[in-house]
Amino acid sequence: MLLVNEEPLDWHEGMTVRDVLKARNYRFPMLVIHVNDALVKKLDYDTTTIPDGAVVKVIHLISGG
Amino acid sequence: MSQLVFDPSKVMSIDHTKRTEYLDGLEAIRAAHKVLKEIAYTPSLPDKGYTNRSLYVNVDTLEIKEKPVTQQMKDVFIGGRGFGLYHLWNAVKPTTRWNDPENEIIISPGPVSGMTQYAGTGKSLVVSLSPQTDIPIDSNVGGFYGPLLKFSGFDALELQGKSEKDIILFIDGQKGIIRIEEAPTDPVDSHVLAEILTHMYAENEADLPNISVVSTGAAAEHSLIGMLNFSFYDRRRKCVRFKQAGRGGIGTVFRNKRIRALVIRGPKVAGDMNHPADPETIAKTGIKYHKEIRENDPHQCMMRRNGTAHIVEIMDAYDLLPVHNFQFGSHPDVHKIDSSYWQQRCTQVTVDGCWYGCSMACAKGADGLTVQTGPYKGHLVSVDGPEYENAAGLGSNCGVFDPDYLLELNFYCDTYGICTITYGTLTAFVMECYQRGILNRERTGGLEMTWGNAKDDLEMMHQMARGEGFGKIAGMGVKKMKEYFIQQGWGDAQLINDIGMENKGLEYSQYMSKESLAQQGGYALTNKGPQHDEAWLIFMDMVNKQLPTFEDKAEALYYFPLFRTWFGLNGFCKLPWNDVVPANNSEQPEAHKVPEHVQNYVDLFSATTGIKISKEDLIMQSAKVYNFQRVFNIRMGKGLRLHDAAPYRSLGPVTKEEYESRAERYDQQIITEMGLDPAGNTTEEKMAMHRQWRTGRFSQLMDAVYTRRGWTLDGVPTLARLQELGLDAFPEVVEVVKQHL
Repeated sequence: MLLVNEEPLDWHEGMTVRDVLKARNYRFPMLVIHVNDALVKKLDYDTTTIPDGAVVKVIHLISGG
Repeated sequence: MSQLVFDPSKVMSIDHTKRTEYLDGLEAIRAAHKVLKEIAYTPSLPDKGYTNRSLYVNVDTLEIKEKPVTQQMKDVFIGGRGFGLYHLWNAVKPTTRWNDPENEIIISPGPVSGMTQYAGTGKSLVVSLSPQTDIPIDSNVGGFYGPLLKFSGFDALELQGKSEKDIILFIDGQKGIIRIEEAPTDPVDSHVLAEILTHMYAENEADLPNISVVSTGAAAEHSLIGMLNFSFYDRRRKCVRFKQAGRGGIGTVFRNKRIRALVIRGPKVAGDMNHPADPETIAKTGIKYHKEIRENDPHQCMMRRNGTAHIVEIMDAYDLLPVHNFQFGSHPDVHKIDSSYWQQRCTQVTVDGCWYGCSMACAKGADGLTVQTGPYKGHLVSVDGPEYENAAGLGSNCGVFDPDYLLELNFYCDTYGICTITYGTLTAFVMECYQRGILNRERTGGLEMTWGNAKDDLEMMHQMARGEGFGKIAGMGVKKMKEYFIQQGWGDAQLINDIGMENKGLEYSQYMSKESLAQQGGYALTNKGPQHDEAWLIFMDMVNKQLPTFEDKAEALYYFPLFRTWFGLNGFCKLPWNDVVPANNSEQPEAHKVPEHVQNYVDLFSATTGIKISKEDLIMQSAKVYNFQRVFNIRMGKGLRLHDAAPYRSLGPVTKEEYESRAERYDQQIITEMGLDPAGNTTEEKMAMHRQWRTGRFSQLMDAVYTRRGWTLDGVPTLARLQELGLDAFPEVVEVVKQHL
């Protein structure tokens, strides 16, 4: 189980940052993502795997308005 | 996450140079003009961003005079919205209403406005007493008028009085002439009027870009929601286009004063006309930013391709797109009006900026629309946008998912002089009233205002422009419609008040705030009313969970409204701040504030004016004006806690179907947030639990925000706060506050 933006998300082996974004339907293009407080750069979303129990923060920059 | 990719082969083949022309009657219209007053003046360019004088024009007495811009004005009010509020304060009394002669319309660009080295620097602010709210309204607008006003010699234009005849105010910044002309036969609607006046006052084709026209249209004469179009000449399309000062009905004030148009002929724009203190820093900052746009925008928001419409599908994906009068947050048909469509429909062969040097270039245009209804039926027109607010307000919020109808609604709003945001929200309210039996065909005079009925939607707009039928009632805006429907006994008063999305008399803009307490405050705890240009906190609060406590939300509702107020003091557009970010932004502390761009703004202000400021000074500059505006509201009999009240639709689910559309979320909140068990309760009972919880939270938020802002719990700035900001130098301001402490 992961904690993504304070809410639980089912984990599976080999789960990447990109998988989390898909699972949450996070479509906004300007994100700042930390996995267990470590920054993940956009180029690494497809290759960075997330360990079970990780805390994931997906900060959407404000935009809008 | 999916990123839309631009495919040039999918762009529709539309000739962007072809449209119906309206110049046949130009000479007859010119011949009918009669000079009422003409004076000579000495044009001048700014020094360090300021010309140090403003222009006062009384359209009744025909008085034209210059006023000095004092050091105190610059120190306390900076420019733009600040100058507008300062002049308005001095012009009106607490008893003044929008249609009194002493009410003013003030246009002021701000010290940085007119810069051409950075993106989004052509804005001006328009301030007046609003016919919708009875308090000052400020509206941030692009187009060329504001910068050309400054480059013709004035930091602000004050318009006062009420003319008995339709007039045009012409400022010739090349020859040094100010003229008031009677304009008895000029066309009414903006797209015709501005084209004619642009060609009438330009001395030759090369002079066309030096002309800007401020105008409105027929609906501003018959409604309270009129807006102002600020023109700019598009050399590539060879046509006149517009940006809008939309909110609060300033177009209505304009026509109440019988002003047909403001026309300016400025000098040819060059890169150094602000005569900044430090041009090298400005050039360096601009080059860095342009590179960032070129490299990052294609992978971020694609503003250059899609403009603000890029967030239609984003809002839909996050359940934040207003659908059916803010009842729901997404709709299966949204793909018909999202940016994948507009990218193909909008002309993509030109760079579309609304001021020189703006590399963000988000001013999209849909050319080649053949109008299907109304007085321009059969005409071939170009439509600016649609921007996000138009697609959401005129589209999804009213259930209109036909893009051609949406463009036609957008076109008529613009040329009739109607605020698209206001029209979208009031029409959505009308449609929900129709759905719930508060309105019917008899009460609407035959209009069938069902969701998505764009034909009758358009007919209501035509009625508004003619001042007839139900369209005239709708043109009063949501607040007055609510009062009218209740007075007529057409429905349950609580339901009508709950679903009418206005606060302070101004209609909500197009975001769903229901699931974000911070955004509920971002809308309702504003100075002018619920416009998103103070604070847009939905992602921070609802999605990112960055604001868990009341104090966190209050801090955001302190910082962001002040940060964004600053754009309007200086002549900046908000979009370049955070619709593209530096590649390394994610590595910065407080990445959501885009720290590098904040530093850019500090540097640009310092380099223009020669006054060195820090990012903390920036917030203090805004705080002076923001608190002055709050006191101004109080002076006008508003501005207290009770006036910040929000309609329940903005706080939570009003109806059973709204609750059930998000039942899982709402049931869970009863367990986790309220500590209760929803099992065994009816939907109505659960809605009542939510209502108590949500209204209680909103009240707690008000307490926290007022405290953080240095206000009493009734929303009044304290004397200590006024002293801290230096506003105690204005005895009238202190007197207003003392009566409420």
